Amino acid sequence: MPAEIVERVRARCPDTVVARGEVTAIVERDDLLETLAWLRDDADLALGFCSSVTATDWPGSDPRFWVVYEMLSIEHHHRVRVKVGLAEDDAHVPTVTPLFPTANWLERETHDFYGIVFDGHPDPRPLLLPEGWDGFPLQKTEELGGVNTRFRGAFIPPVDTRTTT
Amino acid sequence: MSDAPTTPTTPHAPTSVDARTGEIRQETMIINMGPQHPSTHGVLRLLMELDGETVIKCTPIIGYLHTGIEKNTEYRTWMQGVTYVTRADYLSPFFNELGYCLAVERLLGVEAPPRAQVIRVLMNELNRISSHLVWLATGGMELGAVSVMLYGFREREVLLDIFEEITGLRMNHAYIRIGGVIMDLPDEGLTKIERFLVEMPPRIDDYERLLDENPIWLERNVGVGRLSADDSLALGVTGPVLRSAGVPADVRKDAPYCGYETYDFDVPVRTEGDAYARYRLRIEEMRESMKIVRQCLDRLREPGPVMIEDPKVAWPAKLSVGPDGIGNDPAYVTHIMEESMEALIHHFKMVTQGVEVPPGEVYQAVESPRGELGFYVVSNGEHLPYRVKIRDPSFVNLQAIPAMVEGSLVADAIAAIASIDPVMGGVDR
Repeated sequence: MPAEIVERVRARCPDTVVARGEVTAIVERDDLLETLAWLRDDADLALGFCSSVTATDWPGSDPRFWVVYEMLSIEHHHRVRVKVGLAEDDAHVPTVTPLFPTANWLERETHDFYGIVFDGHPDPRPLLLPEGWDGFPLQKTEELGGVNTRFRGAFIPPVDTRTTT
Repeated sequence: MSDAPTTPTTPHAPTSVDARTGEIRQETMIINMGPQHPSTHGVLRLLMELDGETVIKCTPIIGYLHTGIEKNTEYRTWMQGVTYVTRADYLSPFFNELGYCLAVERLLGVEAPPRAQVIRVLMNELNRISSHLVWLATGGMELGAVSVMLYGFREREVLLDIFEEITGLRMNHAYIRIGGVIMDLPDEGLTKIERFLVEMPPRIDDYERLLDENPIWLERNVGVGRLSADDSLALGVTGPVLRSAGVPADVRKDAPYCGYETYDFDVPVRTEGDAYARYRLRIEEMRESMKIVRQCLDRLREPGPVMIEDPKVAWPAKLSVGPDGIGNDPAYVTHIMEESMEALIHHFKMVTQGVEVPPGEVYQAVESPRGELGFYVVSNGEHLPYRVKIRDPSFVNLQAIPAMVEGSLVADAIAAIASIDPVMGGVDR
């Protein structure tokens, strides 16, 4: 990662850190779309490929959620990560699907897992979870296991509470 | 995964005459292909709106194989994570293991010893061949080329035998570990690989003789499932599908890992952007992978450690092959049970608590047979991963299905999906 790239990103996003050879730009939610469009259109950066969209959950801290965009330049082979922090009671962020169509499913998945709402998403249906799933399983407050299995109207208790007798 | 459109989406449904009754009908038909359909590569469901034989709208519906691998990794030690991620894309387990381990190693700031890196490259490239063979077999079968199916699975069996010889398992090996690989190669494994390198090239020639000029194969694949370079990039498509449209993107060249920059190999690229180009590319990639495997065998003549020295990172147990298969080395068990209390404590601590990883985040990409396989791994400084996101290429590439098949015939949709080579274990995770 050449230093000029870092400087160029930092000139626009002052809150840019370099760690383990990776560049992370932290932006405000209102500035997200413009920043991503700028990263894509800047000739030296040319970060036109959105590799991944996901989130992390930090209950008890503010912001509670971080939405993470991994941007890649197909021409120059460098990467920049863009992160947006979201408060617990305000967990929504504008969709980037119009800019990067690949974000469509990635954002739907992130909503399934974390409950973050992507404003203006063209197709905000559940993607990976079963119909009528209650809750957002990758939030840290959700336990692993402990979910009733629905089978023909009956409920089968979770594995960890089942008895063998 | 619901909300199936109940009414046709086209405003002016085309007219058709019912051959039997003479009745004039103005409607399209909505059919479900899958999730239990032999030609959808596992549990993929496609909701298709058809006008006769033409696909008007195609909606992929996924999630039937979602097992919460990412959530599960947050409840297991860093080392145990390997056994989870290897099960995501079950046709390329070594790639999952490698991507995860490289990410964790970067968080730790350590690097596996050179011999371990060579073994990793070796296993990855053999895995690429075996994965492409399954693609050839299933893709061929879906288009009626049953002999290719038998050939593909026959050769894959040879590779699975090699994997079993080396790792003890045919799939889901958990062989690549944080800091290296779990055990060195057996001599028997190397002779098998050498034999494979001799036997395989004429067989690849056979596939080409069967398919390259085969009129049915050409008819079913040429011009089918077209996707331009711009569309591919917008949809996030990577791997052979992207390279078939003329973009020479390959993580092994663009951001080398495990010393790929020191190997001599080419990344085949074509420009047609159709299913036939993808077929030719994958065949060519198998040859390139064998080139790399040959170079690996040369480098493996040098002995050396296969696991990092640092006792705070390395897995303490030694494995060996006994009469009942691969298991804990009896000499090691005697050592910790009878000779050294400190070794026992260390073993216990490493197995139950494992590695402590400094806080931070990394995104590590590797080039899987299907494209860019990325691991976004976050640590909060404790004994368990805080977040492991698998950016699986099958998942992202599947989004291209509507762009590939809408407007084409139903039969072409089968060929188009086969040319993406999705693995549902990786899609749903």
